[in-house]
Amino acid sequence: MITTDEVCNVLTMTEQEKYDLLKNVIIDYERKESNLIQILHMAQAIFGYLPVEVQHFIAVQMELSVSKINSVLTFYSFFSTQPKGKYTVSICLGTACYVRGGKEVLNKLKSVLGIDVGATTEDKIFSLSVMRCIGACGLAPAMTINKKVYKQVNPNKIPLILGMLK
Amino acid sequence: MINLTINNKKLQVEEGTTIFEAAKLNNILIPHFCYMENVHQIGSCRICVVEVEGGKTLMASCVTPATEGMIVHTNSERVRDVRKVIFELMLSDHPKECLSCWRNQNCELQDLGNLIQLHEFRYEGAKSKDVIDSSSPSIVRDSSKCILCRRCVTVCNEIQGVGLMNPHHRGFSTFIGPSEDELLGESVCTNCGQCVLVCPVGALKEKDSTAAVWEALYDKSRTVVVQTAPAVRAALGEVFAYEPGTLVTGKMAAALHQLGFDYVFDTNFAADLTIMEEGSEFLERVTNAFNTKEKNHVLPMITSCSPGWIKFMEHRYPDQLAHLSSCKSPHMMLGALTKTYFAEKMNIDPAKLFVVSVMPCTAKKFEITRPEMFSNGLADVDAVITTRELGRMIKDAGIDFRSLEDGEFDSPLGLSSGAADIFGTTGGVMEAALRTVYELVTGRELPGIKLHIKPLSGLNRIKTAELKIENPLPAYSFLNGVTVKVAVTSGLKGAAELLEQIKNGTSPYHFIEIMGCPGGCISGGGQPRPVNDAIRTLRLEAIYREDEGKLLRKSHENEDIQMLYRDFLGAPLGHKSHELLHTVYAQRSKN
Repeated sequence: MITTDEVCNVLTMTEQEKYDLLKNVIIDYERKESNLIQILHMAQAIFGYLPVEVQHFIAVQMELSVSKINSVLTFYSFFSTQPKGKYTVSICLGTACYVRGGKEVLNKLKSVLGIDVGATTEDKIFSLSVMRCIGACGLAPAMTINKKVYKQVNPNKIPLILGMLK
Repeated sequence: MINLTINNKKLQVEEGTTIFEAAKLNNILIPHFCYMENVHQIGSCRICVVEVEGGKTLMASCVTPATEGMIVHTNSERVRDVRKVIFELMLSDHPKECLSCWRNQNCELQDLGNLIQLHEFRYEGAKSKDVIDSSSPSIVRDSSKCILCRRCVTVCNEIQGVGLMNPHHRGFSTFIGPSEDELLGESVCTNCGQCVLVCPVGALKEKDSTAAVWEALYDKSRTVVVQTAPAVRAALGEVFAYEPGTLVTGKMAAALHQLGFDYVFDTNFAADLTIMEEGSEFLERVTNAFNTKEKNHVLPMITSCSPGWIKFMEHRYPDQLAHLSSCKSPHMMLGALTKTYFAEKMNIDPAKLFVVSVMPCTAKKFEITRPEMFSNGLADVDAVITTRELGRMIKDAGIDFRSLEDGEFDSPLGLSSGAADIFGTTGGVMEAALRTVYELVTGRELPGIKLHIKPLSGLNRIKTAELKIENPLPAYSFLNGVTVKVAVTSGLKGAAELLEQIKNGTSPYHFIEIMGCPGGCISGGGQPRPVNDAIRTLRLEAIYREDEGKLLRKSHENEDIQMLYRDFLGAPLGHKSHELLHTVYAQRSKN
């Protein structure tokens, strides 16, 4: 079974190699419709996002309609049909984070990055997304950048945090 | 058996019965909206909620099974309040432009409003996107009117197996359709219109062609010809409050004359012609299979009257297209003949002819746009209107349909046999073809009561029959002792099952009839709403009544067909037939 760790070296892969890998993932998951979400997870790990071409590829391989694939992936905010930046900044707007000021952090992120939720900066460095509770309510308001979690984020600290990454 | 109480009434129902069904069986009406018996029962609209004593929340009665000792209230204060709020929330995201909506007076949301009394709109809030996709020649999708009941999702996925109609995104961004980068007109949509048929509101509708027809009717320089499909006469009456299954053939012909059509022809005439061509094609394939050494035959042969089915086949089984009969669908044949045979006979410039087909079908609107359906630069058929659209035109013209005296079809493309009538229902094309083919091969009438092949009629998904050939005429002696195996299906999921067999090389059949819509054309995407199995059965019986009421029951005995071959076409599968009555198919992409 191919794991997410194995797809970590996708940066050095050609497009063809990525599609071959995805095909193996789909075979691993026995082309079952009930495994579609796992397959989409892996596909996003391989390609970084799920463009129309990848949706078509999955549809043909799984003998499902592309509309069905699109239906599932647009339901979950985790999946993106737009290319993601090098860093995905996600702010939690679950109940605890919301009442502890998550909304202010989000507004600050929007103004500093100059983009809306779901978009990516022109230099392809930052993408902005919103999460609904990541189970870290004790750290509210919580924010993640790629896999790193930032706790009790103060809106005023945002330019500094982002600046360090750039 | 399960004992339960609904509204203080003690009931006994079979295990597995839902609360909704238990209530219905005992004449208790629970207001409902998205529910479609045996088709769509997923509780998505929540209108049918009821209160079950001991339950924490209200439950959607259409998906909750009745259990022993259950005490249910369908009209408690809580239920009525909640039902009203659900309805109000539905309406808060629905444009209230009923008077200019196509579904005005024929809308299930309005019907619901008649049950749930509402006198003010308390909620105004966010609205869904109002995307109108009119890229398809058959179907228009208006997402602003969609109330997300998901009936179309069920029929497109579960019944038709096309899988195009799906919900995308979430919350107020939700829309139902192909994916956001796809247009209906450029998708794998078969144009069958089953989604349009089940849409309770004005979100899915046929692409209107009545304006083009009115324009042609008012244009004095044009000769406007109309033809009507077999299934229209068995359903049009419903638009004028006749009981389902009422035949209105005569009134329909009279109404068409009153609307101002110059000639009223009958697609049934071309159905008889189809039998001559398709039957001959089948015999040719069978002869190749049983009487030559080359064995270059392609069997089973599959009927080609249903354009929704054809497009499905072109997308899904592009490598199997040789199994399709090369015959155009009947109304295309009639269109081609009108602009050649009829034009010549009447000395009319074909360019001045405007041919309108009244069809139970939305896919026919797409079919006339296919490049193969043009002869000498002229479209075989200029406009297709559905049964529903004809109903609207008759109303719009102020014709009192119910009081019309019966009218007649015009010559020379109006006479038809009973075999043509049954083209409108599943199993009909096969039976019609066998009535002629069996007689051509054996010189005897098709065995069976009243010329029917009982196992091929009815609403089962896949129906099969076997016919043993004994003592054939000398020309067909090679068929002596051969058992001809046939299969019939309606609805595209059944079609896929039969095609998988062909693909795997395991199909035992020689001849297959496929109609794209469940039940056949009687419940095509262009027919009056609602459609359910009870209504399908009534329409189906009407079609068989029309057939049995005729003296002429077999296509090859139609004298006008014989005259057409004598005066114009020559012989079936001849040069002229190939030019005008046969077609080719396109390989299309799977997605």
